[in-house]
Amino acid sequence: MSVVTEQGTPGSSSGSPLAQWFSDGWIATRRNLIKIKRVPDILVFTILQPIMFVLLFSQVYAGAMAIDNYTSFLMAGIFAQTVIFGSTYSGSAMAQDLKEGIIDRFRTLPMSTSAVLIGRTNGDLMINGISMLIMMGTGWLVGWRVTTSFWGLLGGISLLLLFAYAFSWVMALLGMSVRSPEVINNASFMILFPLTFISNAFVPLHTLPTVLRNIAEWNPVSALVQSARVLFGNTDPSFPPPTSWTLQNPVITIIIGIVLMLLIFVPLCIRKFGSISSR
Amino acid sequence: MAIIEARGLTKIYSAKTGPVHALDGLDLTVPKGTVQGLLGPNGAGKTTAVKVLTTLIKPTDGEASVAGLDVVREAKAVRRSIGVSGQYAAVDENLTGFENLDMVGRLYHLGKKESRRRATELIEMFELTAAQNRPVKGFSGGMRRRIDLAGALVTRPEILFLDEPTTGLDPRSRLGMWDVIKNLVSDGTTVLLTTQYLEEADQLADNIAVIDGGKVIAEGTSDELKARIGGHRIELTIIDAADAGAAREALARHGAGEPRSSGDRRTMEVPVEEGAIALQRVLTDLSEAGVQLHDAGIRRPTLDDVFLKLTGRIAEEDEATNEAELEKTT
Ligand SMILES: Nc1ncnc2c1ncn2[C@@H]1O[C@H](COP(=O)(O)OP(=O)(O)OP(=O)(O)O)[C@@H](O)[C@H]1O
Ligand SMILES: [Mg+2]
Repeated sequence: MSVVTEQGTPGSSSGSPLAQWFSDGWIATRRNLIKIKRVPDILVFTILQPIMFVLLFSQVYAGAMAIDNYTSFLMAGIFAQTVIFGSTYSGSAMAQDLKEGIIDRFRTLPMSTSAVLIGRTNGDLMINGISMLIMMGTGWLVGWRVTTSFWGLLGGISLLLLFAYAFSWVMALLGMSVRSPEVINNASFMILFPLTFISNAFVPLHTLPTVLRNIAEWNPVSALVQSARVLFGNTDPSFPPPTSWTLQNPVITIIIGIVLMLLIFVPLCIRKFGSISSR
Repeated sequence: MAIIEARGLTKIYSAKTGPVHALDGLDLTVPKGTVQGLLGPNGAGKTTAVKVLTTLIKPTDGEASVAGLDVVREAKAVRRSIGVSGQYAAVDENLTGFENLDMVGRLYHLGKKESRRRATELIEMFELTAAQNRPVKGFSGGMRRRIDLAGALVTRPEILFLDEPTTGLDPRSRLGMWDVIKNLVSDGTTVLLTTQYLEEADQLADNIAVIDGGKVIAEGTSDELKARIGGHRIELTIIDAADAGAAREALARHGAGEPRSSGDRRTMEVPVEEGAIALQRVLTDLSEAGVQLHDAGIRRPTLDDVFLKLTGRIAEEDEATNEAELEKTT
């Protein structure tokens, strides 16, 4: 170890605050992209699981479902479930960062307070984007088609990804509060599995028993799935029309949901981040 | 001018068992360009003090400033002037050593080129060149520690906070780390370090604050602290216990206080003023009296003595045994 040279200009600020904010956000995002590349589990879940789900559901259940084109019906459900689970990485990753102590490093740097969170949620967006592409490709191979327009396709994809992005902030707050990646993983599993299954994701609502049906009609996941079906043109006209307002106006419902989640959880997350420290 | 200043810092954590006073009115003044050591037993509040001063946590009460900036109100400005290496390595496990340092540079807004250059320079300085392109996940504890320390030096900060910087380093890396710190100080960096190694505080710190129960219980240079618990002593061990009387007499003659025996009464010591001269005289007397020695020497008080004496129990036990000893001999 040799002599340290002269003192530099500590934290010499290059660029405007806005430029720094972008730069910080990008650096924090890049760290999460490298993580996606290096951690095999994430890649497996991002690429293989969507393929598996599309194939399993479309091939195994198709016969049992009294629906003409189950694959068309199914895809929006798989999209929604996959991107919602994709958002939970932000929860476990924030908890992991706290546990490993890297948060303390970030918090003593003159960086933007939101950068780590922006980078983390961008990471989820990236994961979900990759998953969406894979699922759409696989879905197309087994017969899924968008029957509306290019704009319908784009709208549907955007809504799914934006909803998941907003949900990443909810999970990030949970991760910072619970501080245990394992608890986050287990809790997501215990809560999100029922939530995605008691919905219109994989079965038509009118086939559910009344109690479950009422829950499912107001379940936000149903609204997300329904809006994707509407935008992709995958709704089945032979089904009885939905009775809940959220399912009658799914796109508006989801847009409101996205805005509300962001308005509430982005500030809460940033505030929380400003006071956390490992150990 | 004080570059780090704390007045009445208090931090109360709420734990399940009730409130924990991690800091209880801590005062600290660190002049620019000096090394301040924080010494204290486990749970004394060293890490908490470092966390407050490095803007990681807000104090419950009291004020602190670093580089003239308030650590609560001007936290972001404080962060521009400091480098921090906490008690536990703060590194991204999935990034390589190089990527970790490069990222820190970018987040200090050093720019792409400068960040990379500095990362390479630090990797060389901390002898991590061979491992620089491996993810930190596969690093040993000491290597991780060194990457973390390098992270604190990315901007050559004006003020450096090091919480137990050499815990977990092998002896060679520890000496290397000391060199790094000494060099930084000769360049004008102010360093605040906590340590469990008293020798480390002795070697590096200009000033030492002994902390216990969240406040400073003693402060001064290493020499001043040692002086507080007395100067040098002569300690000797005789071979034949029958010579104990003669030996004690010699010690009493040249010492600056009452000689004390311990253990099997073959080992005894006396406080002295001029260590070397007194030892010479004692040895002359003893050889004239034909007393055979197993061991003899000057014993300097160590920081261990200071530490134990100031922070508690063991020192009290010592006194108790000494008193018992005195009763026996008189
Ligand atoms: N997050 C926390 N919540 C509750 N209590 C805490 C927290 N952090 C520290 N403490 C308590 O505050 C006290 C001081 O802790 P601190 O970590 O500052 O000690 P330390 O001097 O650094 O000890 P060590 O030598 O073991 O690192 C301890 O009693 C500790 O249990
Ligand atoms: Mg500590």
